[in-house]
Amino acid sequence: MSVDADTVRKVAKLARIAVEDHEVEPFAKELSGILDWVEQLQEVDVTGIEPMTSAVPMRLKRREDAVTDGNRRDDILANAPDAREGFFAVPKVVE
Amino acid sequence: MTDLTSLTIADARYKLRAKEFSAADLTEAFIGNVAGGDALNAWCEKTPDLAREQAKAADARLAAGEAPSLCGIPLGIKDLFCTKGIRSQAGSNILEDFKPPYESTVTSNLWADGAVMLGKLSMDEFAMGSSNETACYGPVVNPWRRRGDETKLTPGGSSGGSSAALAACMAMATTGTDTGGSIRQPAAFTGTVGLKPTWGRVSRWGIVAFASSLDQAGPFTRTVRDAAIMLQAMASVDEKDSTSADIPVPDYEAALTGDVKGKRIGIPKEYTVDGMSAEITKFWEEGAEYLRAQGAEIVEISLPHTKYALPAYYIVSPAECSSNLARYDGVRYGKRAQLSQGDGITELYEKSRAEGFGDEVKRRIMIGTYVLSAGYYDAYYTQAQKVRRLINRDFEQAFEKVDAILTPTTPSPAFGLGEKSDPLEMYLQDIFTVTVNMAGLPGISVPAGLSSDGLPLGLQLIGKAFGEEDLLNTAYALETALEFSATPEKWW
Repeated sequence: MSVDADTVRKVAKLARIAVEDHEVEPFAKELSGILDWVEQLQEVDVTGIEPMTSAVPMRLKRREDAVTDGNRRDDILANAPDAREGFFAVPKVVE
Repeated sequence: MTDLTSLTIADARYKLRAKEFSAADLTEAFIGNVAGGDALNAWCEKTPDLAREQAKAADARLAAGEAPSLCGIPLGIKDLFCTKGIRSQAGSNILEDFKPPYESTVTSNLWADGAVMLGKLSMDEFAMGSSNETACYGPVVNPWRRRGDETKLTPGGSSGGSSAALAACMAMATTGTDTGGSIRQPAAFTGTVGLKPTWGRVSRWGIVAFASSLDQAGPFTRTVRDAAIMLQAMASVDEKDSTSADIPVPDYEAALTGDVKGKRIGIPKEYTVDGMSAEITKFWEEGAEYLRAQGAEIVEISLPHTKYALPAYYIVSPAECSSNLARYDGVRYGKRAQLSQGDGITELYEKSRAEGFGDEVKRRIMIGTYVLSAGYYDAYYTQAQKVRRLINRDFEQAFEKVDAILTPTTPSPAFGLGEKSDPLEMYLQDIFTVTVNMAGLPGISVPAGLSSDGLPLGLQLIGKAFGEEDLLNTAYALETALEFSATPEKWW
């Protein structure tokens, strides 16, 4: 198995997803199954091949570096679970 | 009066102008079907009042003359498209009650043409799934059932609400998105036409992102002509999406001549796999034969890296998903978990994401996080991106010899809800469709016929990048020859 319980905990931490103890083993098993299966990619000879980074060859468009949108504070806060006095509210971050 | 809800867009367009009925009549008929279709669980939000308002406006526009093709046409919209002030949750609890303050470019284009919105359609959570079973609203049920059997079947996924609603005559056309097959597989499972355009043809602005280098929106329709009409309206050059192609949108419907004389159609030998149903092989051969009979030349081709497309996809798409879904933090929108005394910002993130995401989404975020993490990046992600280049090269070389490629859409027809519990087994659903996303090409699924137990099967045509005109025309010729006209028997 390529993914053990510690790896699941580490990855979940990196992904900011709380994982209960009883979930660790099933995740380890499923993630291992998937990663063992994608292992077959290693048999492909990719010598001299550049990684493909865009589905269609294109150069990103450029535009004038100017403000085209803004002044929409209320729109931006409208869906926040907790917004106060024009800000997103979160638990204390800095002591 | 004939049943308004089984008409094609092209028919309705004519009849609306001939004043056989009004957009209000048409919309009312669909609202009735939507209200009576709850057993299928296709809709996650119904908007009958908005629909009536839009229909009224459409009637005024039709009366004034010169209305666009979609004027007064009732549509269903996949939950992945942001619709202003209307719940848009991407099938996820983490976007609980999210009401976007903006409208996606695609839906803006549709409303600008006078289309009518009946509501939002269920989908697999964040479009991750092939059976619509990961939707936070519960599974959608396919209107099709096996002959003499009441087993509930999947309408496919991730755009399962879109395929089921269309097949059950609850909309005249629907929108979907396709990252690995999420339009074409559900279309094949429901006897409908599903088109995934070239990546960059349709703006992704305002569509909840899953895997940005693969996602592309497209229509579900009853016919290829309707797909051309819908694509015409959906596609645009959009400055809000810097990856939307700077290529003018051609007149797709005008390309439908049905003439395929001299066209070369490729049959890839790698698309014959174990466990493929005998009927799909038969339909595939017949489809090729029909095109040959109309003057096309059938050419055997090879796409040697086909078998690596699915594993490469399951590195690239989770990697992009883990990055895209990092934005769901319980702060800016959507769900925030109840916190305990002393919990800080990290617990807020971790608990909100644990409660908000379903298991399949968590799996993919974790796979993506893993393959992008230090020490694994080159072995997994870079390798997959290199293999992706080889898959793309296979297609480039094939398209030097052929104009389109014909394959089955799926190896087998719709399966029962709950039948596939292993994630890997589910992933194999996309074996014939995912290659197209990896290469960014356009693909269309056309209904081919019924399996021995009475379920629809689809054939897929793959075209050149931005070659939708030619692709739609070949699909039109195929559709004309296949003469598929079966509809599900109403049981719901």
